[in-house]
Amino acid sequence: MNLYDQQQSNRRKTWLVMLAFVAFFLFLGIGFDTFYIGAHGGAVPIGSAIALGVGSVSAAASYFSGDRAVLLSTQAQPVEDLAAGATADDRLKLRQLQNVVDEMAIASGLPRPKVYVVPDADPNAFATGRDPAHASLAVTRGLLDILDREELQGVVAHEISHVRNLDVRVMTIVAALVGAVALLADWARRGMMWGGGFRRSRDRSSSDDERGGGLAGIIFFAVWLIAVLLAPLLAQLLAMMVSRGREYLADASGAELTRNPLGLARALEKIESAAAPTPTINRGTAHLCIADPLGRPMNLREGAWANLFASHPPMAARIAALKEMAFERK
Amino acid sequence: MLPGILVAIVIAVVLWAVASYNRLVKMRNQALNGWRQIDVQLKRRHDLIPNLVNAVRGSMDFERDTLTAVMEARSKALTATGPADAAQKEGQLTQALGRLLAVAENYPTLKSNDNVKMLQEELSATENKVGFARQFYNDIATGFNTAQQVFPANLFAAGFGFKPAELFEITNATERDVPVVDLSRR
Repeated sequence: MNLYDQQQSNRRKTWLVMLAFVAFFLFLGIGFDTFYIGAHGGAVPIGSAIALGVGSVSAAASYFSGDRAVLLSTQAQPVEDLAAGATADDRLKLRQLQNVVDEMAIASGLPRPKVYVVPDADPNAFATGRDPAHASLAVTRGLLDILDREELQGVVAHEISHVRNLDVRVMTIVAALVGAVALLADWARRGMMWGGGFRRSRDRSSSDDERGGGLAGIIFFAVWLIAVLLAPLLAQLLAMMVSRGREYLADASGAELTRNPLGLARALEKIESAAAPTPTINRGTAHLCIADPLGRPMNLREGAWANLFASHPPMAARIAALKEMAFERK
Repeated sequence: MLPGILVAIVIAVVLWAVASYNRLVKMRNQALNGWRQIDVQLKRRHDLIPNLVNAVRGSMDFERDTLTAVMEARSKALTATGPADAAQKEGQLTQALGRLLAVAENYPTLKSNDNVKMLQEELSATENKVGFARQFYNDIATGFNTAQQVFPANLFAAGFGFKPAELFEITNATERDVPVVDLSRR
């Protein structure tokens, strides 16, 4: 798959994710209309209308400002702000980061992304944004501390590759929407407890309440219930599926930019040996990172099941692939 | 019937020629832009060098030769015209700089000087940027040249005034030499 195909596929996936999200909202709205408004004798599908509106607006908002939401949730700070009040040693380190990002932007022919530092001692990095012109790149403080210049360059090249092939667009929108779905399912669960309680008390008082869809209605209600309960899990699965294979690809095209696969290989080794959960990066943004910030054991395995559930391929396999590249070049 | 087919063929050929011409113009502009990227970085490097030389001059007074070599290479590089010429003169500047930085390693006061450290970082970053801009430019320029040289574009490319882009290559023989590795000493 070449770069163009990959960008096309990412554009398509972004649309699919957004459409699925709006459809999901609409489904919830229809459910609300059927079981709640309908049960109370209302004729206007107000639930569907509101759900459609809210779904579309939050999908659009995720597209245009998902990157800001992600950066905000990780407490990332712009590198320029940090450099202002830093010690001489620290300023050198931050300047190095900016330079390395510049270098990789030049190598890839992209505009320079905004650079952020996440105040976290665990080494990790991620990129976000809807396209190369609106991209941001963040590394943790721990990453800056343990990597040397070459290794940092490898990591930045990996992230720039994600930006170039528009992986960041899909991943950012998934991150923003996973957050929204989780929130929504939470509300819906609570709303249903209330709504269910009401209905049961009304059932007891009035006997002519048993109108409506009968069996079909019950099935629909069950599906709706399951959807609401499963929403966070499904969103999580989606987030994982879009991320796994592309890590190898970003490793490879990152190495193509630096022409130095061993830099990234060494960086991954260091990141792995220092692996501790990255507390500032939460579940919703895990798939954006260069290494799994949650430290899940699933990410150590290969196979179909692991492919489905893990957000990152096993570190050992990535390092081996990079070393193989270096060997071929010699 | 026959005239219809002929007209269709002529239209197809004209459409193809227009498309190829536009593609070549686009590629030429990309190559120009790529070259400008290199130019920006080269200029930055020329601006940084006097700062570095001034910062280390005090501590390295007796290494005057190394410093003058850098300044001379710099002023030569300033006069370069076109990618090939610039590549050669910049290559010499790179070598002179490399010697200066290697010598500076012997001075602990310089190595721990924050100002010098920052300048070194800036300089090696600029050096890298030149390298990566060159990589990017050469890729684009090669693509542009290939697009001109393949059949049938080669029939009209020169007629429309397209010239192959000069690559930014290392022309200095010593730089191109494969480094000699002596394994016996390990």
